[in-house]
Amino acid sequence: MIPPPFEYYAPRSIDEAVGLLHRFEGDAKVLAGGHSLLPLMKLRLARPRALVDIQRIPSLAYLREEGAHLRIGATTRTSELLESPILRQSYPILTDAAAEIADPLVRNMGTVGGNLCHGDPGNDLPACLLALGAEVEVAGPGSSRILRLSDFYRDTFVTALEPTELLVGVRVPRARLGQGNAYHKLEKRTGDFAIAGVAANLVLDGSGRIGTAGIALTGVGPTAILAEAAAAVLVGRSPDEDQIAHAARLASDSAQPASDLRGSVEYKRAMVRFLTRQVLERALARAGRAV
Amino acid sequence: MTAASRRTASTESSVGGGGPLVRVELIVNGAAVSAEVETRTLLVHFLREVLGLTGTHIGCDTSGCGACTVLLDGRPVKSCTVLAVQAQGGQVRTVEGLEANGTLSPVQEAFLEAHGLQCGFCTPGMMMTATALLAKHPHPTETEIREAIRGNLCRCTGYVNIVKAIQLADRKMHPSGPSESA
Ligand SMILES: Cc1cc2nc3c(=O)[nH]c(=O)nc-3n(C[C@H](O)[C@H](O)[C@H](O)COP(=O)(O)OP(=O)(O)OC[C@H]3O[C@@H](n4cnc5c(N)ncnc54)[C@H](O)[C@@H]3O)c2cc1C
Ligand code: FES
Ligand code: FES
Repeated sequence: MIPPPFEYYAPRSIDEAVGLLHRFEGDAKVLAGGHSLLPLMKLRLARPRALVDIQRIPSLAYLREEGAHLRIGATTRTSELLESPILRQSYPILTDAAAEIADPLVRNMGTVGGNLCHGDPGNDLPACLLALGAEVEVAGPGSSRILRLSDFYRDTFVTALEPTELLVGVRVPRARLGQGNAYHKLEKRTGDFAIAGVAANLVLDGSGRIGTAGIALTGVGPTAILAEAAAAVLVGRSPDEDQIAHAARLASDSAQPASDLRGSVEYKRAMVRFLTRQVLERALARAGRAV
Repeated sequence: MTAASRRTASTESSVGGGGPLVRVELIVNGAAVSAEVETRTLLVHFLREVLGLTGTHIGCDTSGCGACTVLLDGRPVKSCTVLAVQAQGGQVRTVEGLEANGTLSPVQEAFLEAHGLQCGFCTPGMMMTATALLAKHPHPTETEIREAIRGNLCRCTGYVNIVKAIQLADRKMHPSGPSESA
């Protein structure tokens, strides 16, 4: 299978890339790693007139702590997340996710920007970055903007990005003392998308109470889901088993799974409950607090 | 001009279907190659059809099996899901590039000696992944080997002898260290 014909451009700057997207007014698509887009094009589910390959734009490739943020550039590969000592040390939720995305071959091509922009509820990074309270940096013709990731997803494969806009990168609040986070997904076969996945991020204050909590779900709704009610019951409390069980029930209630080959609605809800407990316990242990 | 790039002249049209064209220049197994192809040409077709390097197999054509694995700048990728032009200017290594001067590489020898294959369809991809793993990470544990080959499916062997072959290759390449462990 070969994709349908397209014009190919490999811009060297963000401005040049946005200029090309503008020129084709919705008929061009950004090409990052191609590991979601090319399979769709082979099946003729996407037929862009032009591809704007962003992997040669140096200013999109970065991963660093800077000021109040951890900043990750759009073309950072999944394998680079997995290999990053900063992430392993301070943002292990992203190491967890990278290790569970597809297989090492796919991780060598797939990018952070592609994983976020594709808008497939089965993508693993959106839930992790939602739990971390991420914002995305977007460049458009003549302007740029920053929006919360929680405002980014509209529906399956639909995001807040205009067709002329480019996701430049994502940033999350810099890791603090007392912070712990974790991600885990269940898969039916090795390398498959999630049956369900849960991301949790907690920050404990000096007295051991939870100051900030983020919980988000993969694969159990039209988009990744921020389980706000589940996180809210944890805030201000010293975590114990009852709190965790309560949060897990609320997370399961916020899931909107569909019955499919990966499992029934009941099964997926049960797995969200189970996974939420598991990642919350792991996040607490990483924050230096075992329950 | 290398042998591989000379070969392209007559086959250029086999991947031309009237779409936009692009000149793709790569280093394949150490030799510079260059050909004008349709922009939509996949790396696996560039290797097999333009360069005649048919050692790289096409299994599923849908990003699922890893039979098409080649090394792009040292990292294993599924060449059925990479455009040739995405690899522009890069170094590509295929199974044909494993042996040198008629001598099999340690990974090839080990697959032969440890019976790391049955039908052989997955083998080129499996050996490329193993080659990249051992170059970067000597003495992997069994778990690390199994994790590394997660994207390379084998429908014959049950993987046991593939893992053994990779452990044997590790001992051949890095005789000083542990390897039997785990
Ligand atoms: C066999 C297989 C298994 C997989 N399993 C998983 C899995 O378990 N979990 C998981 O999360 N993913 C999985 N994936 C998807 C993989 O991680 C993709 O690589 C990822 O979804 C998209 O990243 P990409 O860089 O390849 O994007 P591309 O395919 O290049 O692009 C995807 C979409 O995003 C747009 N886009 C990309 N970058 C930008 C940008 N910077 N700005 C604006 N738009 C942009 C493109 O236009 C396109 O619409 C799997 C893929 C395969 C082939
Ligand atoms: S042929 Fe490329 S992954 Fe199967
Ligand atoms: S040896 Fe037959 S597919 Fe692996």
